[in-house]
Parts: sequence; structure tokens; C-alpha cells
Amino acid sequence: MFHLFYMSLLLALFWLGLSGHYTALLLAFGALSAGLVAWLAWRMDMVDHESVPLHLSRRVLTFWPWLLVEIVKSNIDVVRRVLDPRLPIERSVIRVPTGDMSPLRETIYANAITLTPGTVSLDVSNGEVIVHALSRTAAEEVRTGEMARRVTGLEQEG
Amino acid sequence: MALLLDVLSWICLVGGGFFCVVGGIGVLRLPDFFSRLHASGVIDTLGAGLVLFGLLLQAESLDVALRLVLIFFFLLFTVPTATHALAKSALQGGLEPEVDDDGGASSNS
Repeated sequence: MFHLFYMSLLLALFWLGLSGHYTALLLAFGALSAGLVAWLAWRMDMVDHESVPLHLSRRVLTFWPWLLVEIVKSNIDVVRRVLDPRLPIERSVIRVPTGDMSPLRETIYANAITLTPGTVSLDVSNGEVIVHALSRTAAEEVRTGEMARRVTGLEQEG
Repeated sequence: MALLLDVLSWICLVGGGFFCVVGGIGVLRLPDFFSRLHASGVIDTLGAGLVLFGLLLQAESLDVALRLVLIFFFLLFTVPTATHALAKSALQGGLEPEVDDDGGASSNS
């Protein structure tokens, strides 16, 4: 119930932010559509801690800036390789364990790997992510497990 | 102040354009499907990100700024989803990733 309320609130705020019109009629439409979407999601049984990950909200604030810095660094590495006349790439496919991550954390982890240029997650199964890496440094970066540690930290209580 | 903003925003826009072009070059130069995904990743993240940030500095109202931030936010969710969908369906379609380097790849740590 709490998740449903929180989801409706977020949807309403989102609508307000996008609309920019604050007349009674349009506000009513906004409330109606936010309510409708929340109801549909509830009927599809999709309102739970995975679709409304409240428990992540605070930790994400430190995870995203870190991820952005990583993205910039790996972007520069990929750009350097692409522009190098010799095209120095060492393609490899590696498997990294996700340990005992919950499905939500596994998803965040695999997405973060894909979002970083130089590494793309091909598949997630049986407690490991299969990663395609463009270069040895990119593969090493994933294998150090720094990102996995940070994603694991995301879901700790508090 | 306005001049400084203009200069900053131009640097971001031109930088974003640069990364988009390099991403395009990468898609052409890299040898196989999976490595090309990495080049398109450059366009999706730093290319689009810098262009959006450059536009954000030019935003005239809070409305516009909010929308630009939201676009960036959604990119962070949709880009990896799309890339992963491409990679996974290529894999399931029977395309094997080419590998040049086994250097330590098999030694799990």
C-alpha cells in the first residue's frame, strides 16, 4: 500500500513537472492519469519494492556520481582506441560472479557494466554476468569488482 | 556571466558533437558487431550527455531545464536496456563474439 502511494505521488510530481500548466481542469487530468497508471500497475501486480525501490534512493546519490566519473574515464579510453591508427583492441569475453546479489541488484550491476563504454553485459545467469570487453584494461576494470562492491552497498539497510 | 555560460555551453556542445562523430567512426572502424556496440556506447553516454548539458546551460526557464535533466535520466535507463537487448539477441541468434585476447580471461579471480 505504501509503495502504491509513493508511486502515485512520484507520478503526480512527474506530471506536474512536465506539464507546467496549473489550471484546475489540467490538474484534474493529471491526477486522473497518475491514478490510472498507478491502478494499472497495481492490477498487473507490479507495485512492490522492485518497481518502487525506496530502499535504494539515498545510496543512489553517491553511486551515480561515481558511475558518471567511470563512464567519462572509459569513454576517453574507447575514443583513444578508436582514433588510434593501429586500432589497438583486445576483445575478450569474461565471466564475473555476482555473488549473492538480489535480482534488482544484478540488474543494476549489469546495466552499469553496459552503460560504461568498453564493456557490455551479454547475459546474466547462474550468479554470473557474461561481459564482452573491448580491451584488456576494460576487462580488468570489471574484474577488480569495484563496481560490484558499490552495487552491493546500494541495498544495505539504512 | 552570460559570456562564461555561453563559452561553457559551446565547449560542451562541440565536445558532445566530437564524441558523436568519433562514435560513428568507431562503428565503421571496429571489426565486429559486439565491438561496435562499445563505439555506439560512446555516442549514447558522453556524446548525448555533453550535448544535453550544453543545452541545459542555455535553458531559459526551469521547465526546460527540468525536461533536459529528465531526458538524461531516462537515457541512463534506456541505453543499457537497448544495448543489452541487441547483444543478447545477437548471441541467441548464433553470432559468436570474436575474441583476440585470452590474456588472463580464463583465470577467474
